[in-house]
Amino acid sequence: MMKLSLGPILWFWSKQTVFDFYANAAEWPVDTIYLGEAVCSRRRELKPDDWFDLARDLKACGKEVVLSTQTLIESEADLRRLRRICDQNEFMVEANDQSALQVAIRNGIPFVTGPSMNIYNVATLRVLAKQGLKGWNLPVELGRETLDQLIRGLKEEGLDLPAEVFAWGFLPLAWSSRCFTARHYNLPKDNCEFRCIEHPDGMELRSRESQELFRLNGISTLSGSRYDLMRELPDMERMGVSTVRLSPEHLGMDEVVKRFDQVRRGEVPATDPLQLVEAPPCNGYWYGKPGMELVGV
Amino acid sequence: MELVCPAGSLPAMKTAVDNGADAVYFGFRDSTNARQFAGLNFNDKRAAEGIDYAHQRGTRVFCAINTYPQPEGWEMWKGAVDRAASLGVDAIILADMGLLDYAANRHPDIPRHLSVQGSATSYEALSFYKNTFDIRRAVLPRVLSLDQVRGVAKHSPVELEVFAFGSLCIMAEGRCYLSSYLTDESPNTRGACSPAKAVRWQETPQGLESRLNDVLIDRYGKGESAGYPTLCKGRFEVEGNVYHAIEEPVSLNTLDLLPELQALGISAVKIEGRQRSPAYIADVARTWRHALDNLAANPGMFTVEPLWRNTLSGLSEGGLTTLGAYHRKWK
Repeated sequence: MMKLSLGPILWFWSKQTVFDFYANAAEWPVDTIYLGEAVCSRRRELKPDDWFDLARDLKACGKEVVLSTQTLIESEADLRRLRRICDQNEFMVEANDQSALQVAIRNGIPFVTGPSMNIYNVATLRVLAKQGLKGWNLPVELGRETLDQLIRGLKEEGLDLPAEVFAWGFLPLAWSSRCFTARHYNLPKDNCEFRCIEHPDGMELRSRESQELFRLNGISTLSGSRYDLMRELPDMERMGVSTVRLSPEHLGMDEVVKRFDQVRRGEVPATDPLQLVEAPPCNGYWYGKPGMELVGV
Repeated sequence: MELVCPAGSLPAMKTAVDNGADAVYFGFRDSTNARQFAGLNFNDKRAAEGIDYAHQRGTRVFCAINTYPQPEGWEMWKGAVDRAASLGVDAIILADMGLLDYAANRHPDIPRHLSVQGSATSYEALSFYKNTFDIRRAVLPRVLSLDQVRGVAKHSPVELEVFAFGSLCIMAEGRCYLSSYLTDESPNTRGACSPAKAVRWQETPQGLESRLNDVLIDRYGKGESAGYPTLCKGRFEVEGNVYHAIEEPVSLNTLDLLPELQALGISAVKIEGRQRSPAYIADVARTWRHALDNLAANPGMFTVEPLWRNTLSGLSEGGLTTLGAYHRKWK
């Protein structure tokens, strides 16, 4: 049976919201939980020790815990936080940037790669496998066909590298040195007043025809539609996907997890719709189409 | 510091060479490089002619193969590396780890430069690429402030090249999937951002509209000058306000920073714009050549001449330039 994972929280939530979220998640039928701040260095509601404590608690509850690293590394302070995450041997690390690859390899700790790591071919996986890669995420812009070829290619080379697919949530699409939330409020990034904490699902960016295009979330830009590959779970299982990633949202996540769990167990048809918070669904990337499109529904 | 100029065509390459480029960079006529435009780039014959022209005049030539091959395209991308090698280029600009590995093993004597598309923003990331693929140089993404560039340069295990002039990407390059979200092509997969095939212009009673795969990117009133609908430079609505929510259409211009870049030990400044005309390349190359020569002749006394500034402003998107992320206030 495929595993279910909870990706790192991509939004800025209060410390209490984060603790409550994971207290609940400990009871959910997810196998793997990715923890840590993967987006903005200024988000420090949780200190490194808070994350480590959470990681140990969740591990004690039987979850596999992976520590996620920041995606855009810009400063020495960013590197210090990264080294802190990689300076342990209790947990696997999710490298979201080549800086994390370097530090993990140097420390000899096992790592997986997140969806922002550019893995587009088997040769890349072969290089990283030699250096300690234990699993990888498909970049969000790649689809079914490429994934199938990658998994087949790995088998042919006898490489055992489990594949994970971002299957539900707003897609992380870009990272900038500029903060778009601060820009919206006419605040300098260095004095942003942490306004993104007021937007636990990001800020909707629409075209002037009210088409939902993106979600602004601090320095990151996410898709305006929610990626939903629930219907593709049986296909993923046939292809040999190891883990299905669900990206945290602050409302209704228990329902999402429950439904994906039922579908992976074959208890509920994969085609039963699940609509919680208002946001249009999309699945274009999976079919090699523009990501925002919805195919075959 | 070396002046690295873009060449989207043979005339542009010759123009860049004639106007003082120390090195030029080009790509093949397919999706193996990050400027896939109709009618742009080189077949082998034109590339050979350009390389010959450049080498005779002491200019080095780099070949950009800086998109990310998927399994279906692997043979074609690998072939591009072999073609560049047999053409006798002075360096190959690569981003994909698989291709870097291939080039390092198959053509170890041809220097490898890490493309900006390789997203290396720290000296740890640069060390990864140096240790794993023995790269000689890296092009830094346009997201770092000058202070951050200083931090990277201080500990960098490789030569650094930074963007000096041209279009400004405000997202960390190599990791931006906005274009493939709206269209089916991205810089990583096809070497295209907001591809021309998806662009549509339309006169409407509300004004001139630019669309990308039917998505309204911008609408221009009378007297407003319209720009190419690069999706991050459109005007959108956020919480009731319509504005350039991601970025204004401006160009990067770092003339003012030249002395500081030199003091940091930066090896080369890069001009963006393989999609530009030979006339544009001539003006930009000549201006930057003057500036770099002036800097070399008068260390400590460098000033930006008004003529340079005017020339470059006239060539910039919307006539506006910015120091981009190099300048902390920009954020």
